Amino acid sequence: MQSKFEQGVVGRIVRLGRKGCDVMEALGRAGLFLGQSVVGVPSREGWYLWLRQMHFVGVLSLAIVIVSGLFIGMVLALQGYTILVDFGAEQALGQMVALSLLRELAPVVAALLFAGRAGSALTAEIGLMKATEQLTSMEMIGVDPLRRVIAPRLWAGFVALPILTVGFSVVGIWGGYLVGVQWLGVFEGSYWSNMQASVSFMNDVGNGMIKSLVFAIVVTWIAVFQGYDLVPTSEGISRATTRTVVYSSLAVLGLDFVLTAVMFGGL
Amino acid sequence: MTDVPFIEIHDVHFSRGSHEIFRGIDMIIPQGKVTAIMGPSGTGKTTLLKLIGGQLTPDRGRILVDGQDVQRLSRKALFALRKRMGMLFQSGALFSDLDVFENVAFPLRVHTDLPDAMIRDLVLLKLQAVGLRGARHLTPAELSGGMARRVALARAIALDPELILYDEPFVGQDPISMGVLVQLIKRLNEALKLTSVVVSHDIKETLSIADYLYLLADGQVVAEGTPDTLNANQDPRVSQFVHGEPDGPVPFHYPAETLYSDILGATATRAR
Repeated sequence: MQSKFEQGVVGRIVRLGRKGCDVMEALGRAGLFLGQSVVGVPSREGWYLWLRQMHFVGVLSLAIVIVSGLFIGMVLALQGYTILVDFGAEQALGQMVALSLLRELAPVVAALLFAGRAGSALTAEIGLMKATEQLTSMEMIGVDPLRRVIAPRLWAGFVALPILTVGFSVVGIWGGYLVGVQWLGVFEGSYWSNMQASVSFMNDVGNGMIKSLVFAIVVTWIAVFQGYDLVPTSEGISRATTRTVVYSSLAVLGLDFVLTAVMFGGL
Repeated sequence: MTDVPFIEIHDVHFSRGSHEIFRGIDMIIPQGKVTAIMGPSGTGKTTLLKLIGGQLTPDRGRILVDGQDVQRLSRKALFALRKRMGMLFQSGALFSDLDVFENVAFPLRVHTDLPDAMIRDLVLLKLQAVGLRGARHLTPAELSGGMARRVALARAIALDPELILYDEPFVGQDPISMGVLVQLIKRLNEALKLTSVVVSHDIKETLSIADYLYLLADGQVVAEGTPDTLNANQDPRVSQFVHGEPDGPVPFHYPAETLYSDILGATATRAR
C-alpha cells in the first residue's frame, strides 16, 4: 500500500505529465494547422477575401494604433526632455524618441494593441462560426475552411501588423516633435539631424520591422488557432478570447526580449 | 429490400472518450428513397450523419457511400464526394457574413465556373422552390428559424446533389413551418430523385414521409422497417418510442439512488 504522501506525489507527477502531453499535443495541432492554412496558391477570390480581412484587421485597427502612437511619442519626448535637459543634451531628443520607437515601442505596443483589437475579434468570429456549425457546413459543401476562412485572416494579419507598426513609428516621431520642438523649444534642426545621423536603416528600422513581422505571425497564429480549436459553447468562446490576449501578450513580450538580445545585445 | 443501396454501413463502432455511442450498427440506405433514422436524444443520430459525411472516423467497421469507403478516401477525394452530398444542419448553419442570395450561390461559385447570370437564375430557382425568392436580400440574422432552415435547404440542393442528409429538420418549428418542411423534403425527393436521410425524433412527421426507418437505441439498431411495420412492432423499446410513453425501457429518471434514501439520508445527516 502506498502512503497518502506517496499517492499525492505520484498523483502530482501524473498530472504534470498529462499536462505536458496536452501542451505538446496542442502545439503539434497548432503547427499542423498553420502549415495547412498558409500553403496554397491564392485564387482571384482568395485575393478578395484577403482584402476584406485587411480592412477588418488592418484598416479598422488603424485608429487605435495611430492615437496610441501619437501619445507614446509625446510622452517619450516629455520624459526624455526632463532627463536630457539636466545634462544639456536635449538636442539628442530626436535620436532618443526615434530609436526607442523604432527598436522597441512601435513593434511591441502595436502588437499588443493588435492582439487586443484584432486578435480577440478574430478568435471570437472564428469561434462563433464554429459554434454555429458554419465551418462544418463549409466542409460538407466541399470547401476547406482552412483555405477559405483561416488563410485570408492569417495572411491579412501577417501583412497588416508590420504596416501598422510603421504608422505607429511615424506618428510617434511626429508626436515627439510636437512636444519636444513645438512645445518645449528644442531646436528643430537638431531634432531631425540627430535622428538622421544616428538611426541606421538596416539596424534600427530593419530590425524593428523583423520584430514586427515575427509578432504578426505569432499573434495572428495564436488568435486564429484559439478560435478554430475552442470548445464551441459561449463559455468556450469567452475563454478562448481571453487566452488569445493573454498568450499573445506574453509571447510578444517574451519574444521581444529574445529578439532584442539577438539583435542589439551582441549575442 | 431490393432497392439499389446508396449508403452501406457495416458493423460500425464509435466511442467518444469512454462513452460508447455505437456498438456495431448495420444499415443499408437505398437510392432514391427517404430513409429515416430515429431514436431518443443522445443516441448518436447526428454522429451517424457526421460519420457518413466523413467528418468523424469510426473505431471499427466500414461506411460506403456510392461504393466508396468514406474513411479511406484522401482529403481531396472526400471533398469531391461531398460535392455530391447536401447536408441540412439543425441550426441552418448559414454563413453570417453573406446574405440569403450569396449563401445559396456559395456552392455554385466555389464549385462551378458558371457565368454570374446563370448563377443568378439557378439561385432564384432554388429560392423559389423553398418559397423565399423574395427574401434574397435579407441577412441570416433577419430570418426566423424556419426561414433559415429553408434557405439552408436551398443551399443544400444548389449543386443538385444525389444525397441529402437532414439533421433534425423539424426541431423547434411552428406547425406551419413544420408542414412546409415536411412537404419540401418529400417533394424534393420525388422531383429530383434524391436519396434522403432524415435524422429525427419527431414521430408523426417522420413517419409521414419516410419510406424506410431505422430505430436506434443503446448504440444499436433495435428495429427497422416501413412505417407500418414499425407502428405494429410489439418490442417495448420500439413501442415506447413510437407511441411517446414517458416511462418504459428508456427510464424517465436519470440513474440515482432511491428518493427515500436520498431525502431521509440527508435529513438524518442534518439532525446529527
